[in-house]
Order: sequence, then structure tokens, then C-alpha cells
Amino acid sequence: MTAPAIELKGISKAFGPVQANKDISISVQPGTIHGIIGENGAGKSTLMSILYGFYKADKGEIWIKGTKTEIPDSQAAISAGIGMVFQHFKLVENFTVLENIVLGAEDSGLLMPSLSRARKELKELEEEYELYVDPDKRIDEIGVGLQQRVEILKALYRKADILILDEPTGVLTPPEADQLFRILDRLRSEGKTIILITHKLREIMEYTDTVSVMRRGEMNATVKTSESSPEQLAELMVGRKVLLRVDKVPARPGKPVLEIENLSVVDSAGVERVKGIDLTVRAGEILGLAGVAGNGQSELLEVLGGMRVGTGTIRVNGAPLPLSGSGSDARSRRHAGIAHVPEDRQREGLIMDFHAWENIGFGYHREEIYRKGVLLNNAALRADTEAKMAKFDVRPPNPWLAAKSFSGGNQQKLVVAREIERNPDLLLIGQPTRGVDIGAIEFIHQQIVALRDQGKAILLVSVELEEILSLSDRVAVMFDGKIMGERPADQTDEKELGLMMAGVAGEAA
Amino acid sequence: MEKMPKWADVVLIPVISLLLAALISAIVILLIGESPIEALDLMVEGALGSTNGWGYTLYYATNFLFTGLAVAVAAHAGLFNIGGEGQAMLGGLGLAIVCLYIPFPHWSIALLVAGLGAGLFGAAWAAIPAYLQAKRGSHIVITTIMFNFIAAAVLNYMLVNTLKPKGSMEPATGRFPESAQLPSLHDILAPIGIEFSKSSPANVTLFVGIAACVVVWGLIWHTPLGHEIRALGKSERGAVYAGISPVRTVMITMLISGALCGLMATNNVMGEAERLVLNATEGAGFIGIAVALMGRNHPFGVFLAAILFGFLYQGGAELALWTNIPSELIVVIQALVILFTGALDNMVRMPIEKIFLALRKENA
Repeated sequence: MTAPAIELKGISKAFGPVQANKDISISVQPGTIHGIIGENGAGKSTLMSILYGFYKADKGEIWIKGTKTEIPDSQAAISAGIGMVFQHFKLVENFTVLENIVLGAEDSGLLMPSLSRARKELKELEEEYELYVDPDKRIDEIGVGLQQRVEILKALYRKADILILDEPTGVLTPPEADQLFRILDRLRSEGKTIILITHKLREIMEYTDTVSVMRRGEMNATVKTSESSPEQLAELMVGRKVLLRVDKVPARPGKPVLEIENLSVVDSAGVERVKGIDLTVRAGEILGLAGVAGNGQSELLEVLGGMRVGTGTIRVNGAPLPLSGSGSDARSRRHAGIAHVPEDRQREGLIMDFHAWENIGFGYHREEIYRKGVLLNNAALRADTEAKMAKFDVRPPNPWLAAKSFSGGNQQKLVVAREIERNPDLLLIGQPTRGVDIGAIEFIHQQIVALRDQGKAILLVSVELEEILSLSDRVAVMFDGKIMGERPADQTDEKELGLMMAGVAGEAA
Repeated sequence: MEKMPKWADVVLIPVISLLLAALISAIVILLIGESPIEALDLMVEGALGSTNGWGYTLYYATNFLFTGLAVAVAAHAGLFNIGGEGQAMLGGLGLAIVCLYIPFPHWSIALLVAGLGAGLFGAAWAAIPAYLQAKRGSHIVITTIMFNFIAAAVLNYMLVNTLKPKGSMEPATGRFPESAQLPSLHDILAPIGIEFSKSSPANVTLFVGIAACVVVWGLIWHTPLGHEIRALGKSERGAVYAGISPVRTVMITMLISGALCGLMATNNVMGEAERLVLNATEGAGFIGIAVALMGRNHPFGVFLAAILFGFLYQGGAELALWTNIPSELIVVIQALVILFTGALDNMVRMPIEKIFLALRKENA
């Protein structure tokens, strides 16, 4: 058996009182894809940051290809043959592909010789790994999938033979993700070692050779993927049995609650983000709006929630609502019976520095129940927080804790509790489980379905296709500000939706 | 998890910052060739050693209470109002007009109406930068500081051309009528048997300032408007999500802030000078920034910080009077206090946080 490509021995790292990594040991064989899976805050990113020289471990050793290696900074990581592809790309948008690849790895003070050498080497790399990108295109001219390829090429150009990818499919369409995994497969067959960090069980099951599960800073288990199951991994991640499928009875759609006609949105830069769409959401159904991030779904949600102006017509329970001017703000929307769980709970849904109890009435704080004459009824807010915390199992159940002190899942539970408990006619919910741990996902999904079964209308926006498919009754796909098509959720699949998300028009439903 | 107990954040860190500022001030005084211990002694004696000293300390503190609260209220909405000086000047103008042209039967009614005039003028002066910020995105720091200069020019013009009594050489209004003169602390405390210096300028507006602290505290933490102001200050996107209009909230916040600055005139113009002179504000608008900074934008903190700066002002004047220490050095000491409590806050905070974390680990 050859020496492992990477071996970590007893890595520990603490940030103040928080033990982010506790005595972690793994060993990854060369020429394999090794998955690391775990919930948010389980310590995956910390571990990879240690490996890439961003943090220094308090304890433990790193062995690369059989030799003990110190990695004080990312330069050392690169010379040890480690390449990193971040979730958020680190590319200069107005540089060409070639310039980005050379950036930071120039041979001398003069750029031209480096560029021409890079061009030659890039060509060889492209052929060797079938990673084709036009070197003279600017980054802002190419799509996200290609940008990710540039990141991979950057690492390979720096002679990386260990590649770490952090949540690489978060921004990709399903076809782009498939291409990525074909590339990774190819890299593996050329002897490269790949570490894949993800929270998507499906990717782990389909593409990895071995998988490590992290939970609360500890490496819980490392298993051969072929000898494991999604249920087993989920249980290892959460520490208890979880339901991966959403349990729901068929929807019984009633009258239309939300009707959208010819709605358009122009953003502050003058770009038309939503281009005259029509949609209807009925009582007692969940309409899932799928699409790659940035295709107008966020803007649509914001207009409906009263955070942006638009043109066109929207009606709730038959009554038209203004899309600009007075009466188009979020407070008026709430009066019309619309509740809104925004896409970004940290910047919008919650005030992170506020106590939990100050957040529980946020948006509804002028209503009678939270008032005592001209004053806020802080005692009522606190009592309400305690009740909602108990009902939604928010942990720790302490109304005095600042919102930022809760985990992602518990923050989201606070927002969902606030909005669902208003008993709205229409719930707008954006990325309900982004950055939320599996245990809380299960709970939040159940709450959404329960609201539907009470005969409420729900518009769900998510970039997670799995979530859309398992939760929705009907699916609409948005691409470039337009609706590409609608399908009943049980008569479509990821493949068809994936094509629509990439702009291939579906046949009229 | 909180990094350290609240008392450490609220009490320990300001105290350490103050001690550091005092230490450096002591070194500077030593370098000048004076004794820092004597200097401190003089300051304490001069500012707190007699009811006369207290009277001046509390008089200055009252000014700083109003401007400090004004800066604090704006800060909660994420607005940095450094136009307190100009707003207080205009407050003085509004107050002077009321006191000079309206006859009052009793000082209490005079205070009420004059305070209203002062607040209105101060608020109006803050309204223009507020509108420019809310609607046009012109940065409030730039516009409020520019409005300080305009306020000084307006005041100058009004005093020279309109308000100056005929035949007077001085750019100042005439004396306010007797019925618009406020009782001093001496007048208030004498009936209950407390002997308070007759010559000190502290007056009834001290209690107005303290009442303002309570009102601001209630406003910020116990009203829907305060909730909205703080939400906007933390996250504008969050405010929009909650249906809070940023334009409206910025306007209201700055009107309150400007009104508080304007109210300062009840102390320095109505309570002390009893007429409006040029440069009546004496930089109190700027001290308000330091007071709010040190008081962590909390009314009680502002109250304590206002007293501290009142002490520094009065003690500093005494120093300049009795020693070779130039009065400019007092500005240096004040600057050091601001530097350590405001700008260098993290320098003290980080090591203290580390100590608390280490202690916690040992106990765990």
C-alpha cells in the first residue's frame, strides 16, 4: 500500500471556548475521491482551512505523501501540492481566463513570458484532463460552471495533485454539476486525490470512494461509500434517525390566492431581472420555483414581499396590491395576509444583534398584541418568544440570547416560527433550509407541509432542486427572468428541470 | 456566547481606558515640568471641592447631556450626527427669539415655550442634512459638519443685523426679561436647606437633561419607533424587510437628534448667559460625540460620561488658572480620554476578553 496522499493526525483547533476541531485523524489514499460531510458548524471548513494554511492547528500533525509537513500559509500548501477550489470563486472578473490562471504565479517581473508559457501549459492541461476553456475570454463573459473550471485549472497549473473542493455544486445547474463530476472522475483516473466537502448526501453516495462524517468538531466515522447508505450517513451527521423524504399527502388545491400577471422588475442598476411573468398559487398547494441563483427568483420574492418595486399586477385573494408607491411596503403586504421568510435570514429576516425576543415580533412590532399604549409590550414579546421557542424546539430556549448566537437552523426556526404562526393566507419562503442542519430541515419541511394542509398557499423559492422536488406540488422553473415552464412535481424529474434551468424551454404544460 | 460578563464591558473597560488616558496625561504633565499629582489635586478640588466647583461641573455636564443624547439617538439609527454644534447654535437662536419677543408670566412657562422653540430650530437645522441623506444619499457626516459652518454664519448675521440692541457694539442680544430667567441650583436648593453656591451657573435645566435621559431611554428600548431606529441602524435590508421605511426613520431620528441639541440652549443661553452671544456653544456639540462614544450610546452611560467631561472642563479651567499648565493641555487630556475610550477601545477590549476566556476555561 502506498503512503496516503494526506494524513491528518490528531488535529485540534479551538476558537476561544469553541472547540472547532477535536482530535481529528483521517487518511486519504492517492487517486481517490474522499467526501467530507457534516452539518453547518461541524468543523469542515476549519479543518480545510488548517490544511490550506489559513489557520494553525493547536495540536496535531499533517503528513503529505508520507512526509510530515508544516503548513503555515497558503503558499506552503500550494508547494505541498494542495489546491483549493472555494465555494465563492476567487477570480478577477475583468481579467481573462489566462490572466487569472497566471495571477500570483508569474515567473518574473515581466508578464508576457509568463503568459505565453502559461498558454502552452494550459493547452496541455486542457488536453490531459479534457478541461476546455477559452483562455482569452474574460471571466465575466463565461458562465459559473466554466469559472469553476478556471479555478480547477488554476490549482492544476500550480502543480496541485491534491484538490479540495468546498461545496462545489452550490451554484451549478444539475447538468453543470454532472460535468464537474465527470472532470473529477477524470482527474482521479490520472492519479489526483480529491477531497469533496459537501452537505449533499446524493453527491457523496454517487461520486466518492470513501467518506468521513463530521459532527460537532469531531470526526465521527470514516467509511467506504459503497458499504454505507444515505440513512446511515444522515444519522451519523445528526446523531439521531432522520427522515430524508418529506411525508405528505396529495395536495387539494383550492381557489387562487396569489395571482401574478405580467410582473416585471428592474433593479437599481437598470437591469430587468423579472421579465413579465405570470404565475398563480392556489390555496392548499406549494408552488416550487426552481432556478439557478440569480435568475430573478430573489427579485420576484422581494417584490411580492414589499421590499422592491415592480410593474404589472398582483392580486391576493382577488384584491390587487400596489407594486410601487404607498401601500407597496412590507408592512402593507403583511396586512394583506402575506408572510415572508426571506432568502437571507442574517441580513433581512433577523437583526443579528437583537435578542431573540426583539426578533420575534420583527415586522409585526406595531401590532396591538405587542403594544401597551404607545409603548412596546416587551413582556408580551418575551412571553411570545418563549411560547414559539417551545413549539418550534428552538435551542437554546433563551429569549435573551442575541440572534447571532443561535445556529443557522435555530435562527431559521425563529424566522419560520414568526411567519408561520401569523397564520398567513400566503407564505413566501426563500431558501428555507440554506445553511440549516439536516435535523432542522426535516422540522421546517414538516411545518411548511402542515401549513399547506391547513389550506394556505405557499410559494417556495429554492436553488436546491431536491428540496423543490420533494416539497412542491407544482414546480415552475425560472431562467433569465422568465418562467420556462411549469410541471406537476410528480410528473417531472431533476433531468427535465435541469434542462429548463439551463434555459432550454420546456414544452407548454 | 458572550465573551465576557456585562459588567466588564460596561464598567471595567471604560475605567481601564480612563486610567490609561490619565497615565499618559500624567506623563505629559511631568514632561512640562509640573507635578501630575498636584494637577489632579487641583482639578478635583476645583471641580468637586466646593459647591461652586460642582455648580460649574454640573453646568457643563448639562450641556453635554443634551448633545451626548443627540449623538446617541442618531447613532442607534447608524447615523453619525456631528452637526450638534450647529444644531445647538440654531437652538439658541430659536430660544432667544422666543424669550425676547414673547412675554411670559412665569419662568416655568417660559422654559416650556422657549424649549419648544429651541428644539424646533435645532430639529429644523438637522432636517436638511437628514433629507439629503435619506433621499439623495449625501453622507450625513459631510453635510452636518458643513451645516455647522453655515449655522455659525447665520447666527453671526442674525446677531449683527437683527437681534443686536440699537447702539450696542457687541454681537449679542439684549438681556432676556426677568420672567424668562431660570432659577439656579442655589435658588432651588435653598428652600430645602441646602447651601449651594450663588455664583455658579448650574440651573434647573440639569433636571430637564436628566428627564431627557429617561425619555430617550424609553424611546429607544420601549417604543416601536425606537425598535425601528435600532433595526435600521443594524441592518437597512432588515428594516426594509420589516416594512420600516428607511427615509421616514432617518428623518424622524435626525429631527429628534437635532431637537435634543437645540434643547441645550435652555441651559447655556437661557439658564446661564440669559442672552444669546456669539459662540455660545463652546464646542459642546463636538464633546457630545465623545460623551456618546464613551457612554456606549446608552442614556445612563451618557449621563456618567457627561459628568466626567463636565469635571474635565471645569477642572481643566482651574488648572489653567493656577498652574503653568496651558489650557490647551486640557484639550490634550480630553483628546486622550476620547482616544482611549473610543478609538482605541479594542486595544483594551481584546486583552480583557482573552483574560476572561482564559479564566472561563480554567473554571470549565
